[in-house]
Amino acid sequence: MNMNSITEITTTPIKKKYKKKSRFGEIWKRMKKNRIAMLGLAIFSVIVLCTVFADMIVPYSVALEQNIGDRLQPPSAAHWFGTDAYGRDIFARVIHGTRNSLVMGIGAVVVGISLGGVFGAAAGYYGGIVDTLIMRVMDTIMCIPFMLLALAIVAALGPGLVNVLIALMLSMVPYYTRVIRSAILTVTGQDFIEAAKACGTPDRYIILKHILPNAIGPVIVQATMSVGTMIIWAAAMSFLGMGIQPPTPEWGSMLSEGKDYMLSSPHLVIFPGMAIVLTALSINLLGDGLRDALDPRLKD
Amino acid sequence: MSKYIVKRVLIVFPTLLAIIFIVFGIMSLTPGDPARMMLGQQASPEAVARVNHELGFDRPFIIRYGDYVVKLLEGDMGNSYRTGRPVFNEIISRLPTTAKLASAAILLAVMIGVPLGILSAVKQYSLYDITGTAAAMLMASIPGFWFGLMAILLFALKLGWLPSNGSDTWVHYILPAITLAIPVSASLLRLTRTTMLETIRQDYVRTARAKGQTEKKVIFHHALKNALLPVVTVAGLEFGGLLGGVVTIETVFSINGVGTLIIDAIRMKDVPQVTGCAIFLAFLFMMVMLIVDILYAYIDPRIRARYQKV
Repeated sequence: MNMNSITEITTTPIKKKYKKKSRFGEIWKRMKKNRIAMLGLAIFSVIVLCTVFADMIVPYSVALEQNIGDRLQPPSAAHWFGTDAYGRDIFARVIHGTRNSLVMGIGAVVVGISLGGVFGAAAGYYGGIVDTLIMRVMDTIMCIPFMLLALAIVAALGPGLVNVLIALMLSMVPYYTRVIRSAILTVTGQDFIEAAKACGTPDRYIILKHILPNAIGPVIVQATMSVGTMIIWAAAMSFLGMGIQPPTPEWGSMLSEGKDYMLSSPHLVIFPGMAIVLTALSINLLGDGLRDALDPRLKD
Repeated sequence: MSKYIVKRVLIVFPTLLAIIFIVFGIMSLTPGDPARMMLGQQASPEAVARVNHELGFDRPFIIRYGDYVVKLLEGDMGNSYRTGRPVFNEIISRLPTTAKLASAAILLAVMIGVPLGILSAVKQYSLYDITGTAAAMLMASIPGFWFGLMAILLFALKLGWLPSNGSDTWVHYILPAITLAIPVSASLLRLTRTTMLETIRQDYVRTARAKGQTEKKVIFHHALKNALLPVVTVAGLEFGGLLGGVVTIETVFSINGVGTLIIDAIRMKDVPQVTGCAIFLAFLFMMVMLIVDILYAYIDPRIRARYQKV
């Protein structure tokens, strides 16, 4: 055996062993093992597809078209989920309501987390007076129950999709600030941040390139889980008459309209409610699986 | 210990002032003229301007805020635009109903969530655990108001076992209290399970087992007390969520509580009533958290010891 062949034998496995794995690849690998999370992902994917291809599944005009002759029809081949008090097709309204619910749920979380990210990053990274000031304000806002704060904002701004979005988003900022701050505090104390500071790396670069990528895990989990909560709260707002106004299809307002007829036509409240539960459940299952996949204690 | 309590009570005042500032500030953004709301759409611009001036609505925000705080100290939250009655009296007259509902719900949530959480942790990966955690996940995904509608449909309209609305007798509170308790019990179940699992893996629990103590004694005597500490705080925090949930649940079950008062006020743009209700409920939440914190200090020897040394 010559020297070249020895080198060949010894280096090949080492290369394989230390082959750099992508972080997201590892997370995805662990996620795939969790069948419940995969079920959540599958349901959520179907819901997203329904949102994207809503007009191809059933035209928007069907969701708005009133037909008094067909009012309060039970589920049938012509109307899969039946019709409401105005003769509108409930299946079409549920499908087109998906878009509004997802926009409000995801929109409130994305914008809320961006604002919370700025405050949380500043509080966690700079500490001292900046931390005290930001966190005292956030703690004070958190003393107001979430729904009350959101309702107060809607009361001031008026009902509607954008205003509900603003209300939900602003009400969630203190919560995200706290989550992001604590995630950043766990990273900020580590040696590689000290090393970056010692090298004279600018603060902005340290926060964006070193701290955020390492602290993002728990934030993603919290964000995923709160999309489900936001969808439920947005529906609650519409149910109370503060959210999206009829005739625009929205699950919460459909429940509000249907509750007066629910003894004779229970399908009016069953299908929109099931849509909310299914969406929130799929997101919660996904978030739960994501948390398990990101939990370092479960790493093999 | 008394030092901790005094410190904790003193924090309430600046926090309350800040809460009033936030709520008052948000409500000041409400479009529309307060005097116009009171006098109606037919009132002349002169009359509207006169009433606005007389009641001080034309003054700067910070002066109105200061005035509101001073009046609040005297128990005056202003008068409702709608009824003309003092806001404070409206709230107090509806408070017992909401308090009964919220207390019943939190009690029920603790009674359901904590024992099931303990069972899930003690019998981890068993059928109890899988069923419990799956049920918690499902309960957390069901909107309270929809669950309430389904409960009315089944137990009130179809079976006729329970009333669907009102608050005359304790029977009227059964469905709304269960509805309100469901998401809170789900959250308490998950938390109790997590903290219990962490506690039963601690060294002192292992030592207790090594000493040959019965499993029952290990769980109830050694583990439970420590596992329930965070649950006390979270149960208090959940009370805040419950106060928010009261708004929708009272609407579903047509209960005349503070929740429906605030919703009616929002619909009618009754700014003093909305402001008063929001501040009152936030104050109530703060008081619950104050009690929880003091209770926590009593049951957690670490906090007690910190203040005894000083």
